[in-house]
Amino acid sequence: MKVTKLALLVGLTAAIPSLSHADTLQDVMEKDVLNCGVSTGIPGFSAADSKGVWKGIDVDMCRSVASAVLGDASKVKYIPLTAKERFTALQSGEIDLLARSSTWTATRDTSLGLNFAGVNYYDGQGFLISKKLGVTSAKELDGATFCIQAGTTSELNLTDYFKSNGMEYKAVTYDTSGQTIDGFKKGRCDAVTSDASQLYGLKLKMDDPNTVMVLPEIISKEPLGPVVRQGDDNWFNVVRWSLFAALEAEELGVTSSNAEAMMKSENPSIKRLLGTTGNAGENLGLKSDWAYQIVKQVGNYSEMFDKNVGKDSPLNIDRGLNKLWNQGGLMYAMPIR
Amino acid sequence: MATYTMKEAKPAPSGSKGIIFWLKTNLFSDVRNSLLSLVGLYLIYLTIPPLLNWMIFDATWSGTQDEVVNSGARWIFIIEKFDQFIYGFYPEHLHWRPNLVAMLCVAFLIALKVLKNNKSKIVLMLLFPFVCFILISGGWFGLETVETEKWGGLMLTILVAAVGIIASFPIGIVLALGRQSDMPILRTLCIGFIEFVRGVPLITILFMASVVLPLFFHDGIEFDKLLRALIGITLFQAAYIAEVVRGGLQAIPKGQYEASEALGLSYWQGMILIILPQALKISIPNLVGSFISLFKDTTLVLIIGLFDILAMVTLTNSDTNWLGYEVEGYVFVTLIYWVCCFTMSQYSKSIERKFNTEH
Repeated sequence: MKVTKLALLVGLTAAIPSLSHADTLQDVMEKDVLNCGVSTGIPGFSAADSKGVWKGIDVDMCRSVASAVLGDASKVKYIPLTAKERFTALQSGEIDLLARSSTWTATRDTSLGLNFAGVNYYDGQGFLISKKLGVTSAKELDGATFCIQAGTTSELNLTDYFKSNGMEYKAVTYDTSGQTIDGFKKGRCDAVTSDASQLYGLKLKMDDPNTVMVLPEIISKEPLGPVVRQGDDNWFNVVRWSLFAALEAEELGVTSSNAEAMMKSENPSIKRLLGTTGNAGENLGLKSDWAYQIVKQVGNYSEMFDKNVGKDSPLNIDRGLNKLWNQGGLMYAMPIR
Repeated sequence: MATYTMKEAKPAPSGSKGIIFWLKTNLFSDVRNSLLSLVGLYLIYLTIPPLLNWMIFDATWSGTQDEVVNSGARWIFIIEKFDQFIYGFYPEHLHWRPNLVAMLCVAFLIALKVLKNNKSKIVLMLLFPFVCFILISGGWFGLETVETEKWGGLMLTILVAAVGIIASFPIGIVLALGRQSDMPILRTLCIGFIEFVRGVPLITILFMASVVLPLFFHDGIEFDKLLRALIGITLFQAAYIAEVVRGGLQAIPKGQYEASEALGLSYWQGMILIILPQALKISIPNLVGSFISLFKDTTLVLIIGLFDILAMVTLTNSDTNWLGYEVEGYVFVTLIYWVCCFTMSQYSKSIERKFNTEH
């Protein structure tokens, strides 16, 4: 009996191939295309426009890495993944990079054989309220009625937040997110709560978006970032520094339109970023103009943000936590030197 | 000798024909019926005019989003995204290829009706899927290759359903025959397969195919996601077809089996020439029922990230420039599904009539 079990165990172990993919950077360069896992449609993060072209802040993450590695932002194969299959697709090697608004949590970082390479969007749970309530802060929401989707983390966070602030709320509970929004639309409640990035999309779906507003308070931490396989440090570095390069470019004022002129800049930080001095690119295993290609072809972080979710997009999301560190936000790129 | 003279046909007694008569007998025959009819009419009055207003009279058919003033449906969304609903991400300059395949399909169905020669029919049936596949995927005869990731929309829905139906049919028949076989191992295997597959939901099989299978492949071996899903759907459908066909087989009187043996026909000859034609004929309504339900089930592929027409609605609704058009999208998809399913059931009726040998 024991022998059979043992044999079975050995058989199973042999059937599961090693999940490590030794050199993703090399693979991507050989294939000359980056397989990038995106969502099946999240407004502003990854979605297809009417021409079928993928756009969004996560898509720009893919494009940045492709520019850095292959010198061409268009050499990306987008693989749309549902929330359930995203991590498997990365583990199995179907994709090289996952940029699908995934929250960086301890469990995911430590137990899935994956590494989060950074944060490209600090999200968090917020409130969408109807303006006729006449409040401007979540602290004034005592006694308000909420449309809530039953059994979600948002519901738990909401309860915690109200309890810790000594306030109460009335709940109208729904089964699906669609029904929840519909309830809010029809005026069954004063407010809905969800990740802030989603609330701006919901706002646009209202019959008159001007009758509602997103409150400034954020009550939970949802850092979203690109994910790579654990155990491939080279590739991890490439993705992490592609993100840093876009942030650094914003900090130094390098944009897609002035990148070419900036090549002649005498500022040592800019020179190191754009690769006219130093060997950052070489150390990453890339060409010296890797960061120049990112900024030139995709743009710096503020360009990515404004175009996809910020002031130049219909979503018009406030930068909030996603401002640079020296402007009151959390975005902080490690220095390139 | 009395001669028979034709009498003039008299009009029907007044009050026994015409609209008023029909209303009287069918809707207002007694007090209870009258009440029910009135309630029914009121419900129609409540629903139909607003629906028509929304769908047609108050709808917006052209212009840009900023110009929308009417309160009805904004069909401009459907018009803007129409290509994506139909072809998914299939490159625009190659749309003629799926179009050509669609026309070939119609031609194929007509040819099957017109052709009398069975051999040419079989050749046509074997050849047709390959022609379609080469046209859609390309890579042969100088046609540009289109990866399966780019297939989507209604094209993908029909493709998945068609492959599921066509490939599962022979497998299902073999399974049904195997289940009735005298050979114990074969029978056990077939029963085991059928009962196992019928015991799990399609969604489970799709998840297995998309999430679990890749973990078992070695590095570098990439198995197309669509192909994995197609195999899963085919096996799933085959188990159901097997049971439908088994129902047909069991309905054939034992005398038919014995007669085929008495004629000295081998097992396969007896099955192909005598039993199956009768069994399949009586199974047609159930087969079509199961095909229609498969057609609707194909939309489950959206949970493994394939963009069938319904997933395309969700995706197009996440375009930041076109938020909030779910209702229009879903109504459009409902219409498409209805047209497809209704066509299938009508086609099955015509086949039933064709094979009707009863007198």
